Amino acid sequence: MIFSEAEQFRPYRAMSFPGRILRKLCIDGPLLIALLLLAGAGLFVLYSAGGQQTDLVVRQLFRVGVALTALLMVAQIPPKYLRMWSPWLYLAGMIMLILVLVTGASGKGVQRWLDLGLIRFQPAEIMKLAVPMMAAWILHDRRLPPGAKDLLKLLVIIMLPTILIARQPDLGTALLICASGILLVLLAGLSARFILLTGGLAMAALPALWYFMLDYQKQRVLTFLSPEADPLGSGYHIIQSKIAIGSGGVFGKGWLNGSQAHLEFLPERSTDFIFAVLGEEFGLLGLLSILVAYLFVVGRGLYIAVHGQDTYSRLLAGSISLTFFVYVFVNASMVTGLLPVVGIPLPLVSYGGTSMVTLMVGFGMLMSFQTHRKLLPT
Amino acid sequence: MLYREPLKDTWAEQRLFNNRIVWALTGLVLLTGLLASRLINLQVVEYQRYADLSHGNRIRIQPLAPTRGIIFDRNGVVMAENLPAYQMVLIPEQVSDLEGTLERLTELKLIDEEQKQRFFKRKRSKRSFDAVPLRYRLNDEELARLSVHRHELPGVDVQAALVRSYPLGSSAVHVLGYVGALSESDLQRVEASRYAATSHIGKNGIEHHYEKRLHGEPGNRQLLVNAQGREMDAKGSTREELVRNRKEPIPGSDLILSLDSELQTTAESALEGRRGTVVVIDVTNGDILALVSQPGFDPNRFSAGGMSNEEYLALQNDADKPLFNRALSGNYPPGSIVKPFIALAGLEYRAVTRGQSILCEGYYSIPGNEHRYRDWKKEGHGVTNMHDAITESCDVFFYMLAMELGIDRIHAMLADFGFGEPTGTDLPNEKSGLLPSRGWKRDAFSRRSDRIWFPGETVITGIGQGYMLATPLQLTHFTATMATRGKRFKPRLVTAFRDPLSGETTEIPPQELAPVELSDDRHWDDIHRAMGAVMNTPRGTGWSASLGAAYKMAGKSGSAQVFSVGQEEEYDEEEIDERLRDHALFVAFTPLENPQIAISVLVENGGSGGRAAGPVVRKVLDAWYQGQNP
Repeated sequence: MIFSEAEQFRPYRAMSFPGRILRKLCIDGPLLIALLLLAGAGLFVLYSAGGQQTDLVVRQLFRVGVALTALLMVAQIPPKYLRMWSPWLYLAGMIMLILVLVTGASGKGVQRWLDLGLIRFQPAEIMKLAVPMMAAWILHDRRLPPGAKDLLKLLVIIMLPTILIARQPDLGTALLICASGILLVLLAGLSARFILLTGGLAMAALPALWYFMLDYQKQRVLTFLSPEADPLGSGYHIIQSKIAIGSGGVFGKGWLNGSQAHLEFLPERSTDFIFAVLGEEFGLLGLLSILVAYLFVVGRGLYIAVHGQDTYSRLLAGSISLTFFVYVFVNASMVTGLLPVVGIPLPLVSYGGTSMVTLMVGFGMLMSFQTHRKLLPT
Repeated sequence: MLYREPLKDTWAEQRLFNNRIVWALTGLVLLTGLLASRLINLQVVEYQRYADLSHGNRIRIQPLAPTRGIIFDRNGVVMAENLPAYQMVLIPEQVSDLEGTLERLTELKLIDEEQKQRFFKRKRSKRSFDAVPLRYRLNDEELARLSVHRHELPGVDVQAALVRSYPLGSSAVHVLGYVGALSESDLQRVEASRYAATSHIGKNGIEHHYEKRLHGEPGNRQLLVNAQGREMDAKGSTREELVRNRKEPIPGSDLILSLDSELQTTAESALEGRRGTVVVIDVTNGDILALVSQPGFDPNRFSAGGMSNEEYLALQNDADKPLFNRALSGNYPPGSIVKPFIALAGLEYRAVTRGQSILCEGYYSIPGNEHRYRDWKKEGHGVTNMHDAITESCDVFFYMLAMELGIDRIHAMLADFGFGEPTGTDLPNEKSGLLPSRGWKRDAFSRRSDRIWFPGETVITGIGQGYMLATPLQLTHFTATMATRGKRFKPRLVTAFRDPLSGETTEIPPQELAPVELSDDRHWDDIHRAMGAVMNTPRGTGWSASLGAAYKMAGKSGSAQVFSVGQEEEYDEEEIDERLRDHALFVAFTPLENPQIAISVLVENGGSGGRAAGPVVRKVLDAWYQGQNP
């Protein structure tokens, strides 16, 4: 087997000192730097958005630490083991999802949490990784593009958890998990004709979706279509968010000077709407910079995917990277009024713990794929 | 060769995957472009709109009330000013037990039930962090009591505010008017936006008429507020911006009145508690030197905001009508006061000459009619010429003269003086009086038989009875015109405005009205002589009032009929209910040779003018000359 990229890999001895350390720790330097930059920027904005409370920032810093540790640990696991564990993780995730529906501790009137005595966590977070892992596992030793039988299998694997999570109800996460699976199938080489056909059908079926939505979900869609209809009620979030971003202008009002955020006009400013705080205080330049940083992460992820050594790592790395972009895009779009408000935080920047760990574990897998390649002699 | 037919064509798969990654990258770039264009649209294209919205979100404009202008009398005595007063306020969010706090305040006698109700009313329109007024004016003793118990009453605070104050109390209240709490109906007639920070408004008198000048221009300051509307501390550039955008209010202009507060007080006490009016006018320019209507009330009770509904109702329902400005709004029959004016018409229209006499037998009848129009002197005045008829106030002479003139010519002469027209002075609610005429009667009545002018009505018009009405202010104004031989000035109270900031005074020139012009100026002399004789000859009805005066007066007494005496009945002051007695009237001007001031006095139900009103005239004029030559 010939790896045309093999030349890129310098021998261990030719590496610089930090390069050697990173290599030993199984870390991809560029990706780590980009992630640290984003998390750092997040803490910076969070300090302002959260009303300059240091304890908020400290708690978030702790989470970043936990997530980075998880990343480091996952990065050490060779891809072979990740692949072998995939079905078991998926199975465990499914069992917990069902448990949540049956016994789940209720938080905010919806069942998303599983109480395991010492810790409470959302099984849906596991599924964010388990679904693409499982899908990649299935396609690993199949011929690509996948045949009809495999596609059917994949459909079941993706849709089962999607439906279970949507039932909790957590439509945002369900759609993201569904998206991660579909993106993986697309990367696997699903025929263009099939994509167009199902895409068209899905578009046609979109209105039918209306009847399956809950009232608050319908309300969000209506609000998205015309936020000015109820400026103090359901349209308030999006109007205030647009005011925050728009009034930031090109250069922004400056750190700690965002009046929309500090005078409490902007709701959910340290979580889902932190993008608007960034836009208000750092302006267009700040937002474009953070978008560039995100694109760099996604780009590096796709680079790792392209250089993946087997189908499993290629597909999984591609899916994780693209899903990460979907997060960023959906959050930025909802905050700027391009999409209806769905509760998806801005990855790595929004205040909140669970998703941070999941994301970092995903990036840990990417690093594992990148650093555990067999170096073949030329 | 072993790998010619592999299960997986890895190379092809890699190519396929790379191909898909390129597709994905394309999608990525497109979506990012979409996002970037949205951001540019929000932050560059529509920046100004969102910047304005954000500014409006955080900046609230708080209006600042201007200081009300001060009112001075002609000698610089303060008649209305603004004094700091302490008001008790309550900030709802700082009070944990509202009921208990209010109860404790009631126990301490700092509020009563009515104030409690008003507090709840005010509280409704305020936010929890706004201070809601509980009491408007605390006296020193109450302030001390509150201070002692302050620690038991968290959320109760004392704030200083300016309150309108009238140092002379009830004196001149009908001139000054008063300020009262701004009501919904007040807001209808003023520019509501200018009163956003103002709590009180001029309700009557000068305070009402010059409201625009007194009020001033409101200013405003900008506050930084959060989403709940609470004021926040502004820092840095925002603070500078707020300070820069502060617009100071411009205080209302001070007013200088023509009124002499000392003369005014003297005139008030000269009435000795009787209901009535005194009006003194400077005949050379129309300045009102005193304008009294008694009884009055203390305007401080209104401005303090502490008057209860009961107190107000009591004032309103008082049989003596203290709220009513008699001098300006009281329409009274002028009675014999009108005689010199009728005489002037007689001379002007040559209905009578200086030497001509009539025989007064105590009554007059229209030829061919039985009805007797009686003279006040039962036995009659005998042979009487015009001079004596004015001096002794002979009714029969004027019955005959009125018949000779006819209502049309009487109307023409009196209209020149301004009878039946408001004088146009600078006070609200001035009544016009009534000058009857054929035309007026035709329009005023609905029944056909009532719309005809009867000769008998002309007869009684000759002595100022019947339909004719005039206000005390008008009577003084007519007397002033008589004194100046036809030169007329609009009576006025405000002679100058003063800018409180620069101290610059703007004098207002007296306003001259169309004069009364006669064909022969000697007619004026005749009337002046006769009015002089009223005061200065023993037979004159004003003789007793002028005895021993250091100045020479001219005047005319009168009595206004409240109640008609039947044809065969006697009018007996002693037997008639006090409220049905005639109003006593007296007008005068002085000095006779070179008239300076004119005065009218009305004593309600006082009976004879000479007896009841004459002494008041004398007291006021004495006080005036005392003040002039101390």
